[in-house]
Amino acid sequence: MIYLKLFLVFLEIGAVSFGGGYGMIPLIREKVLENDWLTEEGFLSFVAVSESTPGPLAVNMATFVGASQGGFFGALCATFGVVLPAFLVILLIAAVLGNLLRFAGVQATLSGMRPVIVGLILATAFTMILSVIFGIQSVGETEGTDWRAGAIFIILVLANLPSLLRKKRTLSPILCILLSAALGIAFYSF
Amino acid sequence: MKKPKLFAELFFSMLKIGLFAFGGGYAMIALVENEFVSKKHWLQKRDFTDMIAIAESTPGPIAINCATFVGYTLAKTPGAIAATVAVCIPSFVIIFLISLFFDAFLALEYVYRAFQGIQVCVTFLILSAGLKMLKDIGRTPLSVLLFCASLFAMSAVSLFSVNFSSVYFILLGAAAGLTAYCISRLRKRKNAGAGKTNPQEPSAPEALPAEKEHKDREKNP
Repeated sequence: MIYLKLFLVFLEIGAVSFGGGYGMIPLIREKVLENDWLTEEGFLSFVAVSESTPGPLAVNMATFVGASQGGFFGALCATFGVVLPAFLVILLIAAVLGNLLRFAGVQATLSGMRPVIVGLILATAFTMILSVIFGIQSVGETEGTDWRAGAIFIILVLANLPSLLRKKRTLSPILCILLSAALGIAFYSF
Repeated sequence: MKKPKLFAELFFSMLKIGLFAFGGGYAMIALVENEFVSKKHWLQKRDFTDMIAIAESTPGPIAINCATFVGYTLAKTPGAIAATVAVCIPSFVIIFLISLFFDAFLALEYVYRAFQGIQVCVTFLILSAGLKMLKDIGRTPLSVLLFCASLFAMSAVSLFSVNFSSVYFILLGAAAGLTAYCISRLRKRKNAGAGKTNPQEPSAPEALPAEKEHKDREKNP
């Protein structure tokens, strides 16, 4: 039953992801690859579309993955699943547990989770870079380096370098996506 | 204000915020503040700061946490439901429409090439989001250790295609944080055991770190 499966998978994602949209990416990636819902390439395209459309990244991703697997009702189940834990937790806190987050024990638990989540995000970024640029899916499974992808990556880093060094805001994600789309057409056309 | 009117206004405000919030949770926080604190004065500045701290420390998308909280503050549970549904509708409709045409769209040769470039960009965006978050976590020995451990363990798990869910990493991190806290409390109690003990001290509410962070962010945006 794909609807139930989508609901449960996204319920789990919604319940354990802290720190906003990017905190969810490691988990969503893991789940969609594990269930063969998307390939690495397909997943990255979905992230790009979710990033360039309005609304929370998590809701966009859930709707997109749900729609690709189970049409309208699949999208509905996945979105409902990802939203439900956040909704219930806040309702609980607002209604009865106003001071819950002020207790030192709760804060200590959260402070243990934060560095782990950042570690997971960066590990996911490294694995993705290895796969997209160097063609390394896993140890012993390599497809060779994609020099064009490497060049695009370097150009993106250079384009963001001035703002990174001056500690200003980096280029907006949408601008980066548009730039890399143009580079993709230019590089892969010859 | 009359109830139906309040509901309608809450619903349409959230719909508007969902439609114009590009760039995830933090972009939305700015919009919510503009709409509900500055313009309508439905929320106090203080409540709003508390709300951000709560949204950052609870699971789920920050935008959803935020909408549920604002809705509940204004009109209890029905308000929370209305606000949460409203903030999701624009994303849902837009993404669903895109998903209908996405495969056909990708089949176009130039679009496919553009997306090959875009895939590289997404890895870059995830990397820079992770690095930005890395700057914000505390530099305690425990957090550095947990960060390094999860970074290496997760990289190894994906490279060697081991089946180990990252959910367990998060739960282990939570357990480590809680254990470290309990150990430090036990030590304090032992040290204080000879003198007077203060039984109320452990449960004393502490200032939320996210509150401080938010104030810092306001100072240098």
